[in-house]
Amino acid sequence: MSFMQKPRVSHSQLPRNELGLTTRDYEGSMSTLCAGCGHDSITAALIQAFWELNIEPYKVAKMSGIGCSSKTPAYFLAEAHGINAVHGRMPSIATGANAADRNLYYLGVSGDGDSLSIGFGQFAHALRRNINMLYIIENNGVYGLTKGQFSASADVGSKAKKGEVNQQPPIDPVIAALTLGGSFVARSFSGDKGQLVPLIKAGIMHNGFALLDVLSPCVTFNDHEDSTKSYAHTRQFYHPAVHADFVPQKKPIRAAYDDGESMPVELHDGSTVVLRKVSKDYNPTNRARAYSYLHEHQKRGEIVTGLLYIDEDQREMHDISNTVSAALRDLPYAELCPGSAALEEIQNLYR
Amino acid sequence: MKPTDISNPDYFHRVVDCQWACPAHTDVPQYIRLIAQGRFADAYLLNRESNVFPGILGRVCDRPCEPACRRGRVDEKPVAICRLKRVAADLKGNIAARLPGIPKQKNGKRIACIGAGCASLTVANDLLPLGYEVVMFEKQREPGGLMRTNIPAFRLPAEVLGEEIRVIVDMGVELRLNESVASMRQLLSRGFDAVFVGSGAPRGKNLEIPGRYDDAAHVHIGIDWLESVAFGHINAVGRQVLIIGAGNTAMDCCRTALRIGARDVKVMARKPLTQLKASDWELEDAMEESVEIIQCHAPTEFVLEHGRVCGMRFEVLEYYQENGKQKSRKLGDRFLPADDIVLAIGQENAFPWIERDIGIEFDQWDVPVVDRKTMQSTRAGIFFGGDAAFGPENIIWAVEHGHQAAISIHKYCHGEDIGVRPPFAVNLTSTKMGIHEWSYSNSFDTSVRRLVPHVSLQERFKKINIEVELGFTDEQTRVEVERCLNCDIQTVFFASKCIECDACIDVCPTACLTITHNGEEDDLRARLKAPADNRKQPLFVSEPLKQTGRVMVKDEDQCVHCGLCAERCPTAAWDMQKSSVKIPYAGDELAGTAQPPQRRRA
Repeated sequence: MSFMQKPRVSHSQLPRNELGLTTRDYEGSMSTLCAGCGHDSITAALIQAFWELNIEPYKVAKMSGIGCSSKTPAYFLAEAHGINAVHGRMPSIATGANAADRNLYYLGVSGDGDSLSIGFGQFAHALRRNINMLYIIENNGVYGLTKGQFSASADVGSKAKKGEVNQQPPIDPVIAALTLGGSFVARSFSGDKGQLVPLIKAGIMHNGFALLDVLSPCVTFNDHEDSTKSYAHTRQFYHPAVHADFVPQKKPIRAAYDDGESMPVELHDGSTVVLRKVSKDYNPTNRARAYSYLHEHQKRGEIVTGLLYIDEDQREMHDISNTVSAALRDLPYAELCPGSAALEEIQNLYR
Repeated sequence: MKPTDISNPDYFHRVVDCQWACPAHTDVPQYIRLIAQGRFADAYLLNRESNVFPGILGRVCDRPCEPACRRGRVDEKPVAICRLKRVAADLKGNIAARLPGIPKQKNGKRIACIGAGCASLTVANDLLPLGYEVVMFEKQREPGGLMRTNIPAFRLPAEVLGEEIRVIVDMGVELRLNESVASMRQLLSRGFDAVFVGSGAPRGKNLEIPGRYDDAAHVHIGIDWLESVAFGHINAVGRQVLIIGAGNTAMDCCRTALRIGARDVKVMARKPLTQLKASDWELEDAMEESVEIIQCHAPTEFVLEHGRVCGMRFEVLEYYQENGKQKSRKLGDRFLPADDIVLAIGQENAFPWIERDIGIEFDQWDVPVVDRKTMQSTRAGIFFGGDAAFGPENIIWAVEHGHQAAISIHKYCHGEDIGVRPPFAVNLTSTKMGIHEWSYSNSFDTSVRRLVPHVSLQERFKKINIEVELGFTDEQTRVEVERCLNCDIQTVFFASKCIECDACIDVCPTACLTITHNGEEDDLRARLKAPADNRKQPLFVSEPLKQTGRVMVKDEDQCVHCGLCAERCPTAAWDMQKSSVKIPYAGDELAGTAQPPQRRRA
């Protein structure tokens, strides 16, 4: 951990976005994670994505639980809202916050421990409710904060730093999300910002729960030779199946998509995700096909990445619950709390 | 692009913008660090190695280093390098014991230096410790050349000048004062082993317009007039004074006039204010003293009344662009009254005393043909330097000419080829002290440039030699040293250690780093994280990286040398290493062979 803060000086010609801000305006405090942590790269990708989307930091709510990954919201978007929840309970808090103010951009940052062990139930229900948020799992296969025990995402046969071999089969959050009815399922790698940044942007703009599983090597406990979550291993078995380009609503889409290898998917707000399929036989709108494709490649030890499944028509929590479009804090008090008479009336309906 | 060869001494030297821009390559960041540590004598001696006159230059240097300073590219103003140099000189204490020793046993070579200005003194400074005998001819009654005659004492006190000249003279210069050389042919017949001409550019340009010679007593040539003031021959001037020209000499003339009786001084510039030749700081200082700078006025006539100058007529001009060229047109005429008029429109070198048939060639402008690298004229064994060589430049260039001429003279006297120059070298030493500790102050200090305090306007005109600049206070020095970005602490990259985790790229505050596929320079520059349009600054390109075969590219332009890339690197693929450029001087034939630094035992 560096003792000094990142110098306030920046490149004199740093580009500005439509709000007149530079990427530096989207930063947070200095990271206290280990040098070389994949999580810091994801932080940088988030900064880049929010900057490119011209989102004012104060319109973002950062949600996280406990773990190395969950510390990272301190390192970006200093002016955003944020809650650091109890271990594994971030989805509940995010659900509540989202219910109260649906007009913020919700970003959940979690880890493999926070989401796949202690918070697995919470994770599943947030998915199922299709809460409108981007949910990032910074996945490194170990509990870094407690000195490198295997996590629930560690692969069978992967070796710990001290030599123990993992025997338990892993939970793959991507497959879990596919089977639990996720409307946006993606995987990426902290070392590939070219893929990661557009996926983050698409996930933020997606109307519903966007799961983004990001392989993020733990440089201290899980970056050695026999690890299956190291930088070198990930790069060796990296298999991008679909590349997603995010096209904001204002820009016309120029390329032609009739070759069967690219396909545009329009998002709720009018922007578009253009999917460039690296494998011709892959269809990111077919849940069953996505599932089998993942299984096939997993058997070969390959790490399938990209926007693997998207269904923009699935209704999110507010649509299903038919809630008001305004944030609760913007409702007049009389509307927010209609009084005992109104309560009496509602209760009478059930008597 | 090919992987960058960091063993090339020029690569890291270029990164140290100030040192690269300094004609004498003064190791600025290192001496600023020494000042920061309170090691003023060490800082002074380090300066002296390259620029010979730190006390003088700390006041009146042209400071090519400051416009080059990296700080000016990422912040509003560059580091006040020149003012810090003065701090080292003012606080150095007694350094006599640490000056180069002079051998009692001479090497039998006698060198003649013509003129006792900064170039000749540098030659003497470099050659005397090698056992040479140096005979220096000076037409004035005191050594110092232009530094004494043309720079007023309120900018450069006589004691400072005297002290630094005395150090060199005391090394054993055979100084022949009040002795001007009337004939080169005759001098050559006296059997010197080599001759160095450092006689300056002593002829001020004249203005041949009507009325010029009708009242010669009140129309002065700027540099001659300054010289007369310096030697006390002139101690008064009229109430209203016009200075013609707006270069640095004009600034010295106008401020001098204010100190010997003038009350209303106008500097008349032909060009618009934005295009004046004077340095910004000299203009500021003149304006602080209520000198009026009048732009776009071209003199046409000296106006006399009863045989005495009473003013001057000007054409008022307007400038405009036509086909990309600047042109002017006349708007009208204007008369401005004056009791005295000083011409400060430039100066040139003049050699009436060099016979044209002795093998020293002169070009079409009657300037000697001198080799820029060796400083040798077309006659072997005769060298030129300072303003005498290529016309008016400045002190720091003259010093560098002196160093190069000394190298040439040393080689010439030993029968070596003077065209083969001793090479530069670079030494790299890690500054790592602990996990995130470096032996330099790596954090970025946001302080703005300190302004040097001046003597009050009430006080400064009381005598002609009151130095206006007071120098930095301790507190100002403390702040200003921290503004230095330590550009000599280099980011050294080891491609074989890199795991491409992006940590350095993500943390870099000025977006200098990119990992990408290699390409040609234009293509690469277009693909970097931040715009890389400053082509004066090099790109560093690494060897291909292990995992993906991509390359690490660093745009040196706006790196603030904070060391965060190295702090955030998990594999120590980045290290912060101090680069020391070994600059060769006369006698340093081995400077180029990379020798381990000599450690002095206690």
